[in-house]
Amino acid sequence: MRVVEPFVEMARGLWTTLRMMFDRPVTVQYPEQKKPVMPRFRGRHVLKRYENGLEKCIGCALCAAACPADAIFVESSENTDEVRYSPGDRYASTYEINMLRCIFCGFCEDACPTEAIVLGDQYELSFTDRHQAVYPKEMLIEPVPENGQPTPQITKAGEFTRSVPAMKDPQD
Amino acid sequence: MTLFHVIEWLIKGFVWALVLLGGFAYLTLYERRALARIQSRIGPNRAGPFGLLQPIADAVKLIFKEELTPANADKLIFLLAPVITVVPAVIITAVVPWGPSLDIFGYHLTLYIADINVGVLYIMSIASIAVYGIVLAGWSSNNKYAMMGGLRSSAQMISYELALGLSFVSAILLAGSMRMLDIVNMQKPIWFVLLQPVGTGIFLIATLAEVNRAPFDMPEAEQELTAGYHTEYSGMKFALLFMAEYTKMIAISAIGATLFFGGYLGPFVDKFPWLGPFYIFIKIILLLFGMIWVRATFPRIRYDRLMAFGWKVLLPLSLAVVFITAVGIILAQHYTNSLWMGIIPVASLLVAGFAVTMLERELRRKDYARR
Repeated sequence: MRVVEPFVEMARGLWTTLRMMFDRPVTVQYPEQKKPVMPRFRGRHVLKRYENGLEKCIGCALCAAACPADAIFVESSENTDEVRYSPGDRYASTYEINMLRCIFCGFCEDACPTEAIVLGDQYELSFTDRHQAVYPKEMLIEPVPENGQPTPQITKAGEFTRSVPAMKDPQD
Repeated sequence: MTLFHVIEWLIKGFVWALVLLGGFAYLTLYERRALARIQSRIGPNRAGPFGLLQPIADAVKLIFKEELTPANADKLIFLLAPVITVVPAVIITAVVPWGPSLDIFGYHLTLYIADINVGVLYIMSIASIAVYGIVLAGWSSNNKYAMMGGLRSSAQMISYELALGLSFVSAILLAGSMRMLDIVNMQKPIWFVLLQPVGTGIFLIATLAEVNRAPFDMPEAEQELTAGYHTEYSGMKFALLFMAEYTKMIAISAIGATLFFGGYLGPFVDKFPWLGPFYIFIKIILLLFGMIWVRATFPRIRYDRLMAFGWKVLLPLSLAVVFITAVGIILAQHYTNSLWMGIIPVASLLVAGFAVTMLERELRRKDYARR
């Protein structure tokens, strides 16, 4: 039936598009509806804390050294038992990441000896001014956990002498 | 009385122009939403409820956009071309009746703007003027893509106008009049789409080419010509060209509904004449959906194939259709038995089947030769 064949083909095309009209739309209504990110998603950095509220970051600046885009700036200061931010001798008194430079490669995460910096799941990083692109430590550090105390803490002498904790192999 | 009539015409014309322009705005939304649904998306739904304010947002954006004029463009014609394109698109539907006459508060109101006895001829002539705007826009832009787009557009529109005119002729023959009202009234027993299905098909195909819609949107083939004749247009001038395109879609749907789909006719329209505009509105919406649907389905055909199809298939087929229609009418008159009219759809479909077979054989032969 060569006469009807072209019409059948065209009708099949039209039927396909018409059927798709009643398909469920795949649109995600973004600001209201958000899809969860993948487990290994590399979003905005988060500076982690221990359970007791002490900061994991010890201000070693290995992340800054590893950063290929030179986005991280770290300045460290001395801890004392009266004014203690992190275990060990030193803590990061200034920790800044320039989000305009950061390429979210995750090298800082790999370089960190204390697993203090982690690329989180936050991806809404817009700003209206170039100065807002530099995220200071206050924006990056995670909130104090439930039964921890905020830093700086007053601690007993000789309790937090080791800056790098004993760690298991990293999981995902 | 005459002054009163003039005022009535003015008001009706003004209202119809507003309906067309508002319809244009909402047709863009309608198309975007329908296309989005076909592509499993939602489409614009942010501005207002269901995105109903989207056309207003678009209009505001277009008004405030920068108007660019190319340095070597022909300034006057560059400015005039969008206007020349818009005006025919708006005035072409003046002869389309949207209902029978209506008596409101003792006043006899006719639901059409102009009732001229050569209404179809008026439509044909105005439709031809629309080519000028496009070809002038292409030429005055001083841009090779715009020029090519304008040339393609004019060639395509002139080629398909022949088939379009001949499909009009089959409706005129069936109605025995060129007056739009007579054509509508003659469709009371049976719509012309059933009496002349092939003529309707030719009309629908030729109108797609006439208003430069996919799959015949050669003047705007993005891959080849960036945006065709409106490459250099921006801001409100672009909006005018855009408006002309969509207004023409509405106009051609209204004309198609009137000529082949019974115009304002529908159940109970004799008792309640105000149902007329409602019925023609629904028919226009359905025909517009057909255009959007076809756009979502078929890819753009090649330019030489387009011209070959227009001249080698559509034109002979429409000539044959006119001939068959005339023969059927003469037989019906000769034997004074309108059952002879039944020969028209049957013979037309046979001829159309023959045309499709020949076309397919030709394409197969070419396909074989290429291998």
